[in-house]
Amino acid sequence: MATKTETLTRPAVKTKPLRRPRQSFYRRHESMILGGSAVVLALAIWQAFWSAGKISPLFLSGPSAIVKQFWQALLHGTLLADMRFSGLNFIIGFGLALVTGVVLGVIIGWYRAARLLFDPFLNALYATPRIAMVPMIIIWFGVGMWSKVFIVYITAVFPVLINTAGGIRSVDPDLVRAARAFCASDWQIFKTVAIPGSVPFILTGVRQGVALGLIGVVVGEMFGGSQGVGFMVAYGGQTFATDTLFVGVLIIAFAGVLLTALAEKLEHRFSRWRPER
Amino acid sequence: MQKLEIEHLTKRYWLERYEREVLALDDICLSVADGEFLAIVGPSGCGKTTLLNIAAGLLPYEEGTVRIDGKQVHGPGNDRAVVFQHASLLPWRSILGNVRYGMEMQRRFDESTMRQRADYLLKLVGLSGFGNHYPSELSGGMQQRANLARALAADPVVLLMDEPFAALDAQTREFMQAELLKIWAQAAKTVLFITHQINEAVYLADRVAVLSARPGRLKRVFRVPFDRPRKLHLKRDPRFLEIEDAIWQLIEEEADRIGVVIAENEAAVGEPTVWPPQ
Repeated sequence: MATKTETLTRPAVKTKPLRRPRQSFYRRHESMILGGSAVVLALAIWQAFWSAGKISPLFLSGPSAIVKQFWQALLHGTLLADMRFSGLNFIIGFGLALVTGVVLGVIIGWYRAARLLFDPFLNALYATPRIAMVPMIIIWFGVGMWSKVFIVYITAVFPVLINTAGGIRSVDPDLVRAARAFCASDWQIFKTVAIPGSVPFILTGVRQGVALGLIGVVVGEMFGGSQGVGFMVAYGGQTFATDTLFVGVLIIAFAGVLLTALAEKLEHRFSRWRPER
Repeated sequence: MQKLEIEHLTKRYWLERYEREVLALDDICLSVADGEFLAIVGPSGCGKTTLLNIAAGLLPYEEGTVRIDGKQVHGPGNDRAVVFQHASLLPWRSILGNVRYGMEMQRRFDESTMRQRADYLLKLVGLSGFGNHYPSELSGGMQQRANLARALAADPVVLLMDEPFAALDAQTREFMQAELLKIWAQAAKTVLFITHQINEAVYLADRVAVLSARPGRLKRVFRVPFDRPRKLHLKRDPRFLEIEDAIWQLIEEEADRIGVVIAENEAAVGEPTVWPPQ
């Protein structure tokens, strides 16, 4: 039996071009609307209790009092001085952590011998809460700026270092094999395979290092010293000035959100080549 | 003139887990002439990938000789290029950057020649217009085209292909085979092609070498008589099926002889250790 091929013809139907289905205003901004109104509602309830005098200022402040304190400290100039001091500690400490973390991480990831040499120290230091070393650091560097810088450094350097080393070591062996087959030297493999492949890992380290370094700067300033946002929080606590305390906490929270968002953006920018996740 | 000569090649491994020696390749003698397409088939674990890795210079060998263009193989060289089973493209480089990669590593061509060759090869493998895409944006078949272009761009004397279509779906694989023959006709290269698919080997190759399993011995070499260019429907030709069947029987005998192929050998002959650097 011979098979017959049938040609199917399509009846001419006029089709309308597709348009993106229109979404309502609410649908497009749902998270903004719901999240925003929840925050506003919570603030309003808090303010209502505060205005009614139901909250003792010794235990908790109120939104209006916090805003007032913020303005006063800002006009007075102390707030900016504190922020500048903390910011500088963070930037210097984190900058040093970034440079040494990446360089040491690359060396440890690339050379097996370096990893075996450094591993015992790294494991011990990584397992120790770095905050436990703060008193020691103050003995070394005094209560001034450099003890704070060093605390930021010691908290931020580990995530950068460990992620970098991990990135170098987890390079795809298929890519290395391909490079070797094309006579690539170790240096060429390092430049063209190991380093670009580690960039996303390094940036993950940066994001974690930023978060930890921020904790470092606050804790460092709480232990002795007389300046900085961390000091402001500690001082506010000791003098029962809850509004001052809250201003400090909010500034730290804001810096944390901002820096993490920046680091995430950077991470995203450098992993464009990755498949959509 | 023989471009690739393998004489009395024997490769042994020490299997740590079983604390004994494994004979992966036993006294292989094989040569590939200038412009010839030789395919090697064999059951899994027969050491065909080991053979290719040795020819590529990625695995050391102690017994026998391997020569490319008359020169003995010690490590990787400009005279060979490998098309791997996994496309192994650098995910952070564009397709164009990847096609240039082998040339950049070998540093044999100047900038303008590299640019010309990359453009020409992108066109040859049908990827012009995709130069600026990242590998993750391309299908598996297109990634393998880029993999092939990268190898050809390096202008090797012998092209080594390690099951390059094994990871593709059946339809794409068929098209890629036809495509490879077209490209090969233009590039005029000597090819050593490893596969476990018998019909792929017969369709592509001038000669098909059959390896036995554990240890890998050369059982027989079949000459494929069909004229070129070959169309895909050649695979339905009775003479084609005859050769395919003869090879299949040979491999089936092997499978009966050794029983189920245990993964043990696969692990032993698998990846050469190139990472991390010591």
